[in-house]
Amino acid sequence: MLAPAHPNSADRPEAIPQALAVHAKGVSLTFQTADGEVRALSGVDLDVAKGDFVSFIGPSGCGKTTLLRVIADLERPTAGAILVNGVPAEKARLGRHYGYVFQAPALYPWRTIERNVALPLEIMGYDGADRRDRVERYLKLVNLSGFERKFPWQLSGGMQQRASIARALSFDPALLLMDEPFGALDEIVRDHLNEQLLRLWDQTKKTVVFVTHSIPEAVFLSTKIVVMSPRPGRIIDIIACDFPRNRTLEIRETPEFMRIAQRVRAGLRSGHSYDE
Amino acid sequence: MTSSVLSAARPAQIRWHPLVLRYAPVVAIVLALIVLWYVAAALMNMRMVRDAFEREETPYTVSDLIAGTMDAERPLLPAPHQIIETFSDDVFGWPVTSPRSLIYHSWVTLSATLVGFLMGAAFGIVLAVLIVHARTLQKSLLPWIICSQMVPILAVAPIVIVVLGSIGLRGLLPKAIISAYLCFFPVTIGMVKGLNSPDPMQRDLMRTWSATPTQIFWKLRWPSAVPFLFASVKVSITISLIGAIVAELPTGAQAGIGARLLAGSYYGQTIQIWAALLAASLLAVGLIAFISLLERWIGEVMGARA
Repeated sequence: MLAPAHPNSADRPEAIPQALAVHAKGVSLTFQTADGEVRALSGVDLDVAKGDFVSFIGPSGCGKTTLLRVIADLERPTAGAILVNGVPAEKARLGRHYGYVFQAPALYPWRTIERNVALPLEIMGYDGADRRDRVERYLKLVNLSGFERKFPWQLSGGMQQRASIARALSFDPALLLMDEPFGALDEIVRDHLNEQLLRLWDQTKKTVVFVTHSIPEAVFLSTKIVVMSPRPGRIIDIIACDFPRNRTLEIRETPEFMRIAQRVRAGLRSGHSYDE
Repeated sequence: MTSSVLSAARPAQIRWHPLVLRYAPVVAIVLALIVLWYVAAALMNMRMVRDAFEREETPYTVSDLIAGTMDAERPLLPAPHQIIETFSDDVFGWPVTSPRSLIYHSWVTLSATLVGFLMGAAFGIVLAVLIVHARTLQKSLLPWIICSQMVPILAVAPIVIVVLGSIGLRGLLPKAIISAYLCFFPVTIGMVKGLNSPDPMQRDLMRTWSATPTQIFWKLRWPSAVPFLFASVKVSITISLIGAIVAELPTGAQAGIGARLLAGSYYGQTIQIWAALLAASLLAVGLIAFISLLERWIGEVMGARA
């Protein structure tokens, strides 16, 4: 169940606009570790509108992955309330409202690519014909047609991550949660996949919440950048980023892009994140 | 150009056939062992042969002595050719249903081994599944499982056979039970490890899809455990063969490799003992080879790297 709402942040679901994909109010999460308490998140307020592409950026330890996991109901907040698609996070998870892409592809090595993509469909009880149809469609969407019968180890890292994106999309969730999906890839592959991801976001009209530690990646992809800072993990700035939805890599040369990147950098610096 | 000059200056290198390169070390070791065996046989049987000559007061030479060590009827250590001779006699010299046929005895032991192994492996897997799914069971079961392996089976086997016999269980089943008792342990240990082997991301994925525990078991835990299962099964199947043989020893079994070993030692038939041992090791090799083939085939289906 959802953690009880913080007394100071009484949650009123009827007041939440239906257009919000994520609504977080006073979310805090404290881990009990052997060395004492770690405040991974402290008083996080965040709204993500449907159709947005929101990036969390910050140095390691700033709680950006933890916040994504709270949205996914993989961690429970110790205080505060969180709604995903207008329902509590746990209900959203049980209702399969989102697809999650991890840092590593995490494909199951004993399954071929097509059977990996079909795995969530099997679990959710889609019938055989529908499964085949969706696997074909989403592998095509991520440019992996022709690799259906390959095993994961036969594909490059970038291709594996694309397969994992197809897997997250296969059951057509409205929300896509991505935790540094391209962090382990080289710059050239990353640029290419960023463009593909944007095209996919534009075509499918999904909401994407994306964790990264790369400033150019965040500015290039996002409609909204959430700058976070560690000890305790918190949001220190939220920057709108109003490039057209069908942007290309060329916008990285524009003064507007530089200006936003500059503001992100300033935000990161003000969090004293690199001094310690 | 320089290289051609160099190679011309050298004597032509001998190119060995790849098969030779592959098997030469194995063959060399086997040959060395056989030579050692002959030397040991000559040395160990020497006194016995000399005593026999002296008892009969016949003159003898060194070569008579050595020849005698090679074809004694009840040698301390039979020479390899004697074992092979007896082995092939016992295997090919009798119809397979005859109690003198080694194939008959091997089959008796093998059937108990296979039944015991299947029972033990199934029991081991069930235990592992229980342990993985319930923490309290891990704490309550594991000490007993470990204790069970400290019991000297040779001492317990007759008790088990007598008890089971008194409730009407005879023949194959009591042997299979002893064999299962010995061989479930590696399967349990391996499977507990294997069922717990999926990494956190693979588990989290299942959570994000809100998979049921049954789905998590069949679609994640079980396939992850398969390589561990094969590693355990290879150990376990040879142990279950040993278990079946041991179960035949103290019970006065009429048939089986264990009975053969026992009869051989009663009557001082050392060659028969060694022939039975040879049969047992061939059975073990066969079982392991079968498991390895199965492992390779399933590995291919499950996308293991060649």
